[in-house]
Amino acid sequence: MRFDKYEWTAISIMISLFILVGFIQGWSVSLVILNMCIISAIMTMGVNISWGYAGVINFGVMGFLAMGGLAAVLVSYPPIKEAWHVGGSGLGISFVLLICLVTAVYFISKVVEKKSYKYWLNGLVIFFGIIIIRYFFLNATSRIEEVDPALAGFLGGANLPIIFSWAVGGFFAGGVAFLIGKVALGLRSDYLAIVTLGISEIVVSVLKHEEWLSRGVKNVIGLKRPVPYEINLQASDWFINIVTWFNSSKLNKIIDTDQKQEMLNDLIINSSSLFVKLNYAILFFVVMIVIYYFANKAQISPWGRMMRAIRDNEVSANAMGKDIVKQHLIIFVIGAAIVGVAGAMLVTLDGLFTPSGYRPLRFTFIIWIMVIVGGSGNNLGAIFGGFVIWFAWIEVAPLTTFLINIFTSGLDPQNAIRLHLLDSVPYFRYLLMGMVLLLILRYRPKGIIPEKVRHS
Amino acid sequence: MTDIINSIVVLLNFVIIPGLSYGSQLALGALGVTFVYAILRFANFAHGELMSFGAMITILFTWFFQSQNIGLGILPTALIALPFGILATIILGLLSDKFVFKYYRKQKSVPVVLAMVSIGVMFVVNAIIRIIVGTETIKFSDGQKFIMKAKQFKVMTGLNEGLALKSSQVITILITIALLIFTFWFLQKTKTGKSMRAFSDNEDLALLSGINPDRVVFITWLIVGTLACVAGTLYGLDKSYKPIIYLNLVLPIFASAIVGGIGSPFGAVLGGYVIAFSEIMVTYAYKKFFKYLLPENLEPSSLIQLLSTDYKFAVSFTILVIVLLIRPSGIFRGKVL
Repeated sequence: MRFDKYEWTAISIMISLFILVGFIQGWSVSLVILNMCIISAIMTMGVNISWGYAGVINFGVMGFLAMGGLAAVLVSYPPIKEAWHVGGSGLGISFVLLICLVTAVYFISKVVEKKSYKYWLNGLVIFFGIIIIRYFFLNATSRIEEVDPALAGFLGGANLPIIFSWAVGGFFAGGVAFLIGKVALGLRSDYLAIVTLGISEIVVSVLKHEEWLSRGVKNVIGLKRPVPYEINLQASDWFINIVTWFNSSKLNKIIDTDQKQEMLNDLIINSSSLFVKLNYAILFFVVMIVIYYFANKAQISPWGRMMRAIRDNEVSANAMGKDIVKQHLIIFVIGAAIVGVAGAMLVTLDGLFTPSGYRPLRFTFIIWIMVIVGGSGNNLGAIFGGFVIWFAWIEVAPLTTFLINIFTSGLDPQNAIRLHLLDSVPYFRYLLMGMVLLLILRYRPKGIIPEKVRHS
Repeated sequence: MTDIINSIVVLLNFVIIPGLSYGSQLALGALGVTFVYAILRFANFAHGELMSFGAMITILFTWFFQSQNIGLGILPTALIALPFGILATIILGLLSDKFVFKYYRKQKSVPVVLAMVSIGVMFVVNAIIRIIVGTETIKFSDGQKFIMKAKQFKVMTGLNEGLALKSSQVITILITIALLIFTFWFLQKTKTGKSMRAFSDNEDLALLSGINPDRVVFITWLIVGTLACVAGTLYGLDKSYKPIIYLNLVLPIFASAIVGGIGSPFGAVLGGYVIAFSEIMVTYAYKKFFKYLLPENLEPSSLIQLLSTDYKFAVSFTILVIVLLIRPSGIFRGKVL
């Protein structure tokens, strides 16, 4: 991938910002921000693929992220055998019944000709079917939820390494996106925005309240890690050796052995946490580069060209024989799947799954701001948007505190306005985000790194 | 016979009256969204924050009046503060239009871009609200809380079931009726209202026949600001004011507007009540209701609840999706005021 001068500037500004934070606030802070930046960049690429390539709006980011998070839990958590024992059969029966119900409804819609009969018959079948299914289902789930509610109370997962869940998360989110797309993609764009936003709320509320599946608001904690634990690192010889070797010049200056040992211990503790974060960063970075590579390949392929044609003029693309409904569905699913991957990575990084933490402001609208600011239709722009906006989101708070202190320095330190302003520092980030979005939309509607127009 | 009356009282107390008041709040909100959609032609995501802003200003004035010992006796002080809130909301709406939306209207941007822009406005207003009052829950209703308490009703009628009537519910319903009558009268009977309808029907023709677009937009923001502030304040009076709630309220409001047929004011009002009632009816446990109606040996053992209350929010969207699938233009075929 060849970057032009402008893109190199963007990249180098970003890198130097991280280095700056590393020197001012410490490398640990810098790496924490970097990790979230990379995850945000992946989310942004997911949205960018559906919005930037094909003009399909996807306001369901939050729901797909939550599905990815669910995948992380279901893949990595050890199965709770007792819960399977008491509730497995009931769940199985209700699942089979559900399939029967769906087949019945499908069959009725095929066979019965008259429309009014069809609706009534389907309504009746669905009504009674749901009553029967609910009987088995509620029995099973309440039994599952009674199994050791303080620690378990849900089915658990497959006990596999959590890194698999990144792919599974993509499939989960893609599957949900397929269902949503089947239902909603025919709608006009602003309706589609509202509907996807609403459906993502439904997804999250299901995860919040179906405790047998996701433990709901009780949260799942202590998920596995794809990287070593700090405690294990601190005890392993090779790590101690590396740290000693790395800081040998510093250590050699100290003659007293006790002091030397103390300093070495400090260094080991610090560098173990740094090492873990760095590992995460490398893993995430690899995923980001892979997705970036394929996204770019797809964009310049004939398929990407077709997508642009559909985006720019649906009618003429249709006239050229492109199946717009199908392509829209495909790209919606792909975009959502990438967001799902990011969702699984997010939960992996946190090590816990908190369904009530998924809020549209933080997980849908901010991602959209990243897309718009970075430049829709340009993958590097999407990555850049994710980095810049997340960086700003975090660094705005210390900056506003600093600015408020400067502007109110003439006032008495106990002045009510000053104290109130300092109290509301966390809210200034919303102000900044809104302003940034408005300014970009007004003065640079194609984003900071706009889409490259290709004449081929 | 008393059993039947008892069951009706149960339904009134837990379904119909809460449904009417929540529905009124949604209806006012949806009407505001509809006005923006029909005349300015975009989905205004910032509407919830507009409501929140109005409620916030009303609260600030309520505090001021309370500190000055000005009150309305049994009625909440917020009613005197409401006009100030309305004024501030209108000013906010006009400012946002002048500095933000106008540019895109002149550019004839596609609706999605305007929706994005409204998200920007949403963030800014949201931040302003949080910076001014924080995120804590604020209770600002004063005066007499109940018009009729459950116990009073029981003593009065000798029934087993009580019927509580909160004053905020009655105020909500009365103000909503008054506002709706005024709005529909304005749209149907006055010259300005007719010009607005013409503008929403066909902008070019309306311009040709000499309707001043700036004036139409101005009046639209007057109406939208009023509706938003009243809806926000009433919601805050009824439940309690919490800045974050209004973001979640945007979705049911959109659902109401679309279910009723977006662009049709009557549809928006109807949609509000449809959404409110279905949210409450689907998640209400009918056990008590059936206890009175059915003979003793048939008495239900379970709660008879279609969905747990956790899914209250999901209901409005399920209805939205179903309506969009079966009748995409909404109950009343929308588009025109």
